[in-house]
Amino acid sequence: MAERVRVKAMMPPGHVRTPAYLRGKQGVIERALGPFRNPEQLAYGLPAEEKPLYRVRFTMGEVWGDQAECPTDTLDAEIYDHWLERL
Amino acid sequence: MPHDHLSPSGHPYRKDDDHPLTYWQTMEIAVRELLVEKQILTPSEITEQIDTMDARSPANGAAVVARAWVDPDFKARLLQDASAASREMGFDLGPLHLIAVENTKEIHNLIVCTLCSCYPRNLLGLPPDWYKTRAYRSRAVREPRKVLEEFGLTLPKETQIRVHDSTADMRYIVLPARPDGTEGLTEDALAALVTRDSMIGTGLPRQP
Amino acid sequence: MGGTPAGPVPRDDHDFALWEKRVDALMVLCGGKGLFTVDGLRRALEDMGEDAFETMSYYERWIAAINQNLLESGTYSIEELGARMDEIARRGPSYGEAQDG
Repeated sequence: MAERVRVKAMMPPGHVRTPAYLRGKQGVIERALGPFRNPEQLAYGLPAEEKPLYRVRFTMGEVWGDQAECPTDTLDAEIYDHWLERL
Repeated sequence: MPHDHLSPSGHPYRKDDDHPLTYWQTMEIAVRELLVEKQILTPSEITEQIDTMDARSPANGAAVVARAWVDPDFKARLLQDASAASREMGFDLGPLHLIAVENTKEIHNLIVCTLCSCYPRNLLGLPPDWYKTRAYRSRAVREPRKVLEEFGLTLPKETQIRVHDSTADMRYIVLPARPDGTEGLTEDALAALVTRDSMIGTGLPRQP
Repeated sequence: MGGTPAGPVPRDDHDFALWEKRVDALMVLCGGKGLFTVDGLRRALEDMGEDAFETMSYYERWIAAINQNLLESGTYSIEELGARMDEIARRGPSYGEAQDG
């Protein structure tokens, strides 16, 4: 059973790699990618911690609701662990 | 010299050497000269890097795809770890983390980077201009079927579309489905059917 | 910009000019030497704002981001950059003529 997650809905300023259109959306972990240095620190020339990175799969219905072109099509994106809440 | 001449590839040249110097070109020259004077870079390093990038092209990816079509063990390794499988064929990918996603009769994959212009450049070379446009980056995640139709690709409703947004450290290549009627073809002949767009997901391989 | 309404995808393509290839090479080489990260470049690109996306070409934005990061890392000073750009602009009217020597 794939692990269900929700992308945090927070909207901090600054450079993040979590697309705004996925904030607050629920998906499943498609695969774990291993640790990668946190881009939110790298972007400012800071020493960067390693954070687990995941590929998360969303349905278009979850992402776009009634506006979805085809709700069962899917979208995968890479999201860092600190942006995910386990459900 | 007229400025509407075409390059050998048939595309128009843009802002060439004989156009008036722009502010940003001036900055490029200044940055490059300062880096060389401070012995951070050498002119030959810069030339070699340009040559390295020029040598990368969709033909590299096409060779990888064709190998996967003829060799099931290689295909399994490609889907497991596309960087390692591509390096196995002799391609220098640098630090690229590559994931291959497979098109089947049921699934069609499409690659985009909504946040910038991430692209498997160390395998396929520089991305096409349209890949970097606001229109493609905005729409591919929201209405991929309409975008594909604009590219001349109408998929049946039953085909599931999987869009991949390259948001972080991975880069993606589509492993297109092998066209029917290609059973007798050599690996080289198969590679010639694989277009750049078919590896991004906005196209299909050519028919033999 | 994912999901924002937009018009048809423009399909025209162009061959890269020499100066654009040089910007690309500077990006790869300086990144490889640890002078900045790709995330630092992306942050600088985002900080240019929406307007830059409309008014500057792709590699114009990239050289601006590279320069911003090199200034921040102290690789050279604003004074050095300003003086050099000023001198280059006086070398000649075209990109070709403005090369050193």
